[in-house]
Amino acid sequence: MTPVLELRGITKRFPGVLANDHIDLTLEKGEIHALLGENGAGKTTLMNILYGLYQPDEGDIFINGKKIEVHSPTDAIHAGVGMVHQHFMLIPVFTVTENVMLGDESVKTGGVLDRQSAATRIREISQSFGLAVEPAVLVEDLPVGVQQRVEIIKLLYREADILILDEPTAVLTPQEANELFKIMRSLTKRGKSIIFITHKLREVLDAADRITVIRRGKMVGTTTPKQANQSKLASMMVGRDVELTIDKKGAKPGAAVLKVDKLSVVDAREHITVNSVSFDVRAGEVLGIAGVQGNGQTELVEALTGLSPASEGRVELLGENISHASPRRITELGSAHIPEDRQRDGLVLPFPVADNLVLNTYYLEPYSQGVLLQQEQILETARTRIKNYDIRTPSAETSVGSLSGGNQQKVIVARELSRPVKLVIASQPTRGLDVGSIEYIHNLLIEQRDSGVALLLVSSELDEIMQLSDRIAVMYRGEIIDVLNAKDANKEKIGLLMAGVRDDKGIKGKRSKKS
Amino acid sequence: MAKDKTKSKETKSFFGVFLEELTSGSLLIPILAIISGLILGGLIVAITTEDVYTTWSRSPIEAIGLGVNAALKSYAALFNGSIGNPGRIISALQSGEAAELNRAFNPILESLTKSVPYIFAGLAVALGFRAGLFNIGAEGQLFMGAIFAVWIGFALKGLPTIIHLPLALGAGALGGAIWGFIPGFLKAKTGGHEVINTIMMNYIAFRLSEYLLRGPLQRPDTSNPISPFIEESAKLPRFFGSPIRFHLGFFVALLVAYGVYWLLFKTKWGFELRTVGINPRAARYAGMNIVSVTVIAMSLSGALAGLAGANEVLGLNYTLAPAFSSGFGFDSIALALIGKSHPVGVVLAALLFGTLRNGAIQMQIAANVPIDIISVMQALILAFIAAPAIIRTIYRLRAPDEEESIVLIRGWGG
Repeated sequence: MTPVLELRGITKRFPGVLANDHIDLTLEKGEIHALLGENGAGKTTLMNILYGLYQPDEGDIFINGKKIEVHSPTDAIHAGVGMVHQHFMLIPVFTVTENVMLGDESVKTGGVLDRQSAATRIREISQSFGLAVEPAVLVEDLPVGVQQRVEIIKLLYREADILILDEPTAVLTPQEANELFKIMRSLTKRGKSIIFITHKLREVLDAADRITVIRRGKMVGTTTPKQANQSKLASMMVGRDVELTIDKKGAKPGAAVLKVDKLSVVDAREHITVNSVSFDVRAGEVLGIAGVQGNGQTELVEALTGLSPASEGRVELLGENISHASPRRITELGSAHIPEDRQRDGLVLPFPVADNLVLNTYYLEPYSQGVLLQQEQILETARTRIKNYDIRTPSAETSVGSLSGGNQQKVIVARELSRPVKLVIASQPTRGLDVGSIEYIHNLLIEQRDSGVALLLVSSELDEIMQLSDRIAVMYRGEIIDVLNAKDANKEKIGLLMAGVRDDKGIKGKRSKKS
Repeated sequence: MAKDKTKSKETKSFFGVFLEELTSGSLLIPILAIISGLILGGLIVAITTEDVYTTWSRSPIEAIGLGVNAALKSYAALFNGSIGNPGRIISALQSGEAAELNRAFNPILESLTKSVPYIFAGLAVALGFRAGLFNIGAEGQLFMGAIFAVWIGFALKGLPTIIHLPLALGAGALGGAIWGFIPGFLKAKTGGHEVINTIMMNYIAFRLSEYLLRGPLQRPDTSNPISPFIEESAKLPRFFGSPIRFHLGFFVALLVAYGVYWLLFKTKWGFELRTVGINPRAARYAGMNIVSVTVIAMSLSGALAGLAGANEVLGLNYTLAPAFSSGFGFDSIALALIGKSHPVGVVLAALLFGTLRNGAIQMQIAANVPIDIISVMQALILAFIAAPAIIRTIYRLRAPDEEESIVLIRGWGG
């Protein structure tokens, strides 16, 4: 049988980078084919080539045995290829029907949108594939998991046979992810074929029929879940054996460094994003905050670091009330902050590595004297830190923007941890990093903990939370709905909490709006 | 990717920066843009020459020749008018006569003189860009600077130059600073966009100057809207005899340019300003005070523009009349872009603008080409710089990795 899709010898060069190097990939009908690789391995580039966003420098694409040229997403859609991007392409204030129709609108005479027939078709699709969605609902009112279904329906509406899902589980709870895998199964049963891009090993083994691993733009090999296991996949992905678990001694928690008491945050649109949250972080322990993205973690961290004001409650750092303190004051008290979005908040990309390494200490001696910056001193310090933290950069004067994500993160970590700190607030500290960098940063954080620093870890990667934390708080709709000891926690338990389900109380109410 | 391009140039010496810019390619675009602008300008001169059309039907080749001739002739005039006539310079040097020498060297010195307000105003806009602010109000700030300077210049009497002149210049800077402070304050405290507010401040400055010249600042013996002449002691000294107007302001401008460079790249405060300009979120994260940086940057920007106005009245006109500025404040936006918001770039771009403006007059006289062609050329140069993709395509340059446009994007980002 001819495969539905075949990529032969796909090569794509960017200036200075070989993003894809003669990659071959075959997708059989009715198959879920996982494309596994670290960030920056070239998975997304490959899929963007298939979807017509990039043109390959070499190589051919065959669909059902026929060679095709894909110059734009329109070509790809015509060829039956559809893609669900990591960030959804939905318009929140449109209904499901309107979002699905968008770009492929059926009209009645006189150019009036024919929502009726579109909605009927959406119902047909959702019934036959088991994708429960109500067509008339506004997308903004839907949970993320359901929004993803809308994206999939969009593809089915356009009669796509080959579905590309780019990191589809990044925004889902473990339960929602399982739900998605079921949907993927029912799709393949009906003759659809799926390419599933991910860097999560467990998911690949759970969901895929075949697994292709890509490393640094090259194909490492294709395997099946039966033949592979997590550590085998990890070493294929990284190119060496990897420690998947971290060795750490038991925590020896000391006095509370950070005390948060009934903290609430209200955002610019008057939504309560953090709702009366209380917790302590003690010296020498890691408190992990788990939760699906967008449940108030970002706002909580911004309030704790002085970046946005708290509306109610009290935050104490080493006994000082910091609920209205400036970021500088909080930094000076000994709080380090590894921000969630390193490029937006933590770095000035066009600035050299050296300047970024003193971004929040530039005004102190020896980096400044009087009004003058001490460039030599700053460079000197930078060179030491580049060495100590193994930052891969051509020089201390290279702009940070030209470094890889892992090295950018090392710059931030080097800056934050080279100061004498008492508290580290690490928000998504390894997002988008390669396995090697993740290992490195995890070890550094545990080192800090062991030296008596209090660590608040916010992450939407459950594995990371489970590995590093001594206690785990779960955030849901702005509230901390439970705090567990890491010993007593397991994935299912946390997964349920992340979805707002508590043993005793059932599902928590919807987020309230401040009147 | 170890490329020179990614090296930052903030730590190098003043002229090291320039050399590195030149070799690293980031100055290449402006230079090629200028060359392209000159070529296209010549083409426009050629196709707007009447003879070319009348000859075309008879002999296209002859017509093309005429067009090329016209373009060359006008550029020759431009050169003679702005740099000087080489033959005349040589013979003047041989004769050694003071009057001859003065006349021979006048064009180039006049070009330098004309670039003084461009340097100041260009620095003003560039400083704003560096802080992520789009200061469209340089023209208004320049007017305020001129008003303050002229007022101190004529109202205070009996002071020695050493006190009076700095006082008048300082007053000019203060006037501009006030006019920059207001939109800066509004931006920092209320979020009111500086583009809108500086434009509005321009109108207030224009109308205010008209009112003052018909009222408190009017010369007593006339009904024209013109201020009294400033005292001798407030004038920027000239170095040569008539007709050369070259004055001390040029060196003040260079000094100020160096000061801006020093401030931006050597001081703590410059570090804060550049951080706020590129990434205000990171600036806040790093504990910088965005409000104060914004307000001070806008005030300083205004002060620099104010100095442009002060130089015109203290160095050239010695009095204030309406419409004394030929749009320096607006041209300076283009200029800051060409100079990539770097003080060295701004000075070079200002010299170019001053030279073109000066040569344009001779071009009109000798080659009968309207002065407006210079505006067209400036616009072309600017268009090429604003759309570097065009230049890269024409000259088959490689795209840069980063940096290039960040400063500008932020300007509109608000």
